[in-house]
Amino acid sequence: MNFQEDVMYTESHEWIKFIDETTVLIGITDFAQHELGDLVFVNLPQIDDALTVGKTFADVESVKAVSDVFSPVSGIVCEVNQDLLDAPQMINEAPYLAWLIKVSNISEQKKMLNLEQYREFVAQESEK
Amino acid sequence: MELIFDKSCEGRGCSILPECDVPIVLPSDKDKRAKKLNLPELSENDLSRHYTELIKRTYGINDGFYPLGSCTMKYNPKINEDMANLPGFTKIHPLQPEYSVQGCLEVLQLAKGYLCEITGMDDMTFQPAAGAHGEFTGLLLIKAYHANRGDVKRTKIIIPDSAHGTNPASAAIAGFTVVSIPSRTDGCVDLEKLKEAVGEDTAGLMLTNPNTVGLFDKSIVEITKIVHESGGLTYYDGANLNAVMGIVRPGDMGFDVIHINLHKTFSTPHGGGGPGSGPVGCKKLLAEFLPAPTIKGTKVLSFEFNSKSIGRVKSFYGNFLVVVRALVYVLTLGKEGIPEASKNAVLNANYMMARLSDLYDMAYNETCMHEFVMSLEGLKKETGVCAMDIAKGLLDNGIHPPTMYFPMIVHEALMIEPTETESKETIDKAVEVFRALHTMAKENAEALLRAPISTPVRRLDEVGAARYPKLKYEYT
Amino acid sequence: MGTYVSTTERETKEMLEVIGQKTVDGLFCHIPEEVKTKGDLNLPKGISELEVRKKMENLAAKNIMFSSIFRGAGAYNHYIPSIVKNVAAKEEFVTAYTPYQAEISQGILQSIFEYQTMICQLTGMDSSNASVYDGATAAAEAIAMCKERKREKAYISATAHPDVIATVKTYCFGNGIELILVPEKDGVTDEAFLNANLYKAAACLYIQQPNYYGIIENAALIGEAIHSVGGKYIIGANPISLGALKSPKEYGADIAVGEGQPLGLPLAFGGPYLGFMACVEAMTRKLPGRIVGETKDLDGKRAYVLTLQAREQHIRREKASSNICSNQALCALTAAVYMATMGSAGIYQVAIQSRSKAQYMADKLGEIGFDLVYNKEFFNEFVTTSPGSVKKALSTLESNGILGGFPLTGDKEGTILWCCTEMNSKDEIDQVIKILKEV
Repeated sequence: MNFQEDVMYTESHEWIKFIDETTVLIGITDFAQHELGDLVFVNLPQIDDALTVGKTFADVESVKAVSDVFSPVSGIVCEVNQDLLDAPQMINEAPYLAWLIKVSNISEQKKMLNLEQYREFVAQESEK
Repeated sequence: MELIFDKSCEGRGCSILPECDVPIVLPSDKDKRAKKLNLPELSENDLSRHYTELIKRTYGINDGFYPLGSCTMKYNPKINEDMANLPGFTKIHPLQPEYSVQGCLEVLQLAKGYLCEITGMDDMTFQPAAGAHGEFTGLLLIKAYHANRGDVKRTKIIIPDSAHGTNPASAAIAGFTVVSIPSRTDGCVDLEKLKEAVGEDTAGLMLTNPNTVGLFDKSIVEITKIVHESGGLTYYDGANLNAVMGIVRPGDMGFDVIHINLHKTFSTPHGGGGPGSGPVGCKKLLAEFLPAPTIKGTKVLSFEFNSKSIGRVKSFYGNFLVVVRALVYVLTLGKEGIPEASKNAVLNANYMMARLSDLYDMAYNETCMHEFVMSLEGLKKETGVCAMDIAKGLLDNGIHPPTMYFPMIVHEALMIEPTETESKETIDKAVEVFRALHTMAKENAEALLRAPISTPVRRLDEVGAARYPKLKYEYT
Repeated sequence: MGTYVSTTERETKEMLEVIGQKTVDGLFCHIPEEVKTKGDLNLPKGISELEVRKKMENLAAKNIMFSSIFRGAGAYNHYIPSIVKNVAAKEEFVTAYTPYQAEISQGILQSIFEYQTMICQLTGMDSSNASVYDGATAAAEAIAMCKERKREKAYISATAHPDVIATVKTYCFGNGIELILVPEKDGVTDEAFLNANLYKAAACLYIQQPNYYGIIENAALIGEAIHSVGGKYIIGANPISLGALKSPKEYGADIAVGEGQPLGLPLAFGGPYLGFMACVEAMTRKLPGRIVGETKDLDGKRAYVLTLQAREQHIRREKASSNICSNQALCALTAAVYMATMGSAGIYQVAIQSRSKAQYMADKLGEIGFDLVYNKEFFNEFVTTSPGSVKKALSTLESNGILGGFPLTGDKEGTILWCCTEMNSKDEIDQVIKILKEV
């Protein structure tokens, strides 16, 4: 199980990298991609879409399942990772490099976990 | 195996039509097709052989045991096929004048009468072409009912988390919000959670009984009462009707509207995925909203267009020839044969479950109805062999696997429904195969993980197929 | 009583012993007594196969089979080659389930892949699904495909088949799409209305080609109109016409749907029929229903599998954009065999003969006072007036074993929608003229 140093985490297994105070990149963690299995498609939002903290903004498909991805912030989508549309496996191969969206104009954010807190959370989840 | 396009050869073909006996008229240039149309060119002999080659790589009820839970793969009687092929039915244009289609109208009227009797309903439409289509239709009846009373707050449909995916999908398509309620550990509806969920915004509840884990929910009267008291209506998913025909009727359990799957309970064939038929039955309070046209009359039958109808859910009157097959089936079985079918369906399922319960973990240790669910979660932890692997192992033994990974509330589920048309010997043979596979999982798991090995193709790259969809042959 | 149960009394006893129950009724212990059915169902007694056959044959005999059919309006009397019926009746195809277990279902899966290919060829599109219930539900599903967050208005031409419009209305009532009817003018879609009223938030526009009155619409121009506001273009096409007429792709459509019944399916009082759906590459993942894709097995062999399943209801549940589960698989197979039997040359012939015979009939009818209502190019259907009572004309034909054109209603009352196919010989057409002359 891989964890990344310079990002924050959520309990729904998204990672968030702060570029500055009001701009972030969002992706899904190694734990998430491992649970989902081989990804076959990603449904991403459009640029200028408004995001609401706690609501889904994208979903990822494997052969037999679909999983929602939840936004840890409120803001506006300013960039979308087009490469993932052709090669969703990038998320499996390098989950912390395969950012889904870049969000700007962040207003709200929900409580995030740091590396240690997330590591512990994952350990508890695995025991269930 | 070659594709039909690989076998095509320019200039070949079948001679089907005579020369045109009137002056030829071509479309004007602006509408003439410019791009070449590539369709196979084969002689009739090669064409016939191609399809014969294809059928050698199929598996139907006619080939062997097909214990697919929730699908009711019972025998498809040949007389049904013959009757559905009578020219007096196949050659009838749907827009012929009413006096010339009295036979067709009578088929629909008779079928309606019998199916309403079996299900405890007052009226029925045959327009929906499949179960999911029926669900959509029935939900629209509920919507129309509340709208007609000016009650526009009712926007929610309650559905247990054990339900088949079509239930919430149909509710969403019908414009409702889905409220999912968790099932109890015994697979049945949690009455407390149901009471919490109902209210002034409840349009209705969708339920199947027996439920998707094969158990009859004893609290059914209480359940439908709770929903009715909140002002909502109750919808019965008829997928599991094969367990209870002649034993108990959905209408008597407190359901207001139902759909039936003719291609499950009433023996019409599955055709590789359709056509089916999903007639919707309802109590009097919903009858005026049924899709138009409905059929009226006693001696002379005719179409009626009710002003309050929800409209059409498809063209014409439904999958008529499928209804013909179902009618033949009901006429054949009659008042004695209908309950006999359900009783034997339940007997067969309990027998098979009893013969496997010492080895396999049953999801529920109760008398089941027409199907039962096994969980391979334990076996997976112990040996690494999961439900998928057992299913693939069955393929090597000439048995179609049961339903896998459904319902979602049971992990590593295999849902088995033998149906009443299987003999004790067939079931015993299948039981032996299941038992052998269980032993194999314990002693030689490796081999099972590689299964199937004797089928024309082996495990497929489904990830590649979904990442890089190749959905047609490319002509160069 | 007819039965398909083989279990004998002795076997029942043995099985009950293994289960640990005394009686079969004991297996129904969970059912509350108060709801159990008391006594017999009010059904007739079961009967033998011989009696069932007699009863059904009597029912069929109460229908009238017309020897010549000149009525279309959504259901077409084309010739069905014997091999098509023969293949579609093969038990392996008839009694198979949906091919979820790909390893033993390659025959079914390949036949669907071949069907998808042929539909793409006919329509000019990049992707096809494995079928939906019929042309009307295909139209409704196509419109649903075009729904986007900021685009919720759909346009449909009033020249589409009334059953299609009615079905689309029902679906839109459920999924919240606002449906706007584009009126008919002189038998075709009112282009002026379209140009004046298309919203920038239009999701899509649906037209039928040829339309309900048989007329060939100005499809290319109409397509430009909807594209100019960023909406999608859906054409509901007669599949036979595609043998000779421009394909939906050539008219600029994004989605092509239609009623596949003309491709080898009998009239059958309206069903089972076949809805085909095909689209451009960019919309592939929005197609509802089952889709077969090509892949390899672990030995590298080419194989076929149900793919893109994550769109479907059994995975997405309430988030699915369509609830479709069963489709019309056997009907799609039938259509594929028909298309393979006829080939492009054969379908071209069916199209041209249908067109030519319709023109011949229209000309001859014109000579005896049944004048064309619309002075526009048509395919194999056309609308005429009637010099006398429509009812009398049609019933006279019927008493001669001929099903005449369809009497239109509403504001078109007094006119008749005629149809010709390759099944109508010149003699049959001349016979109609002869009979009508004397009315």
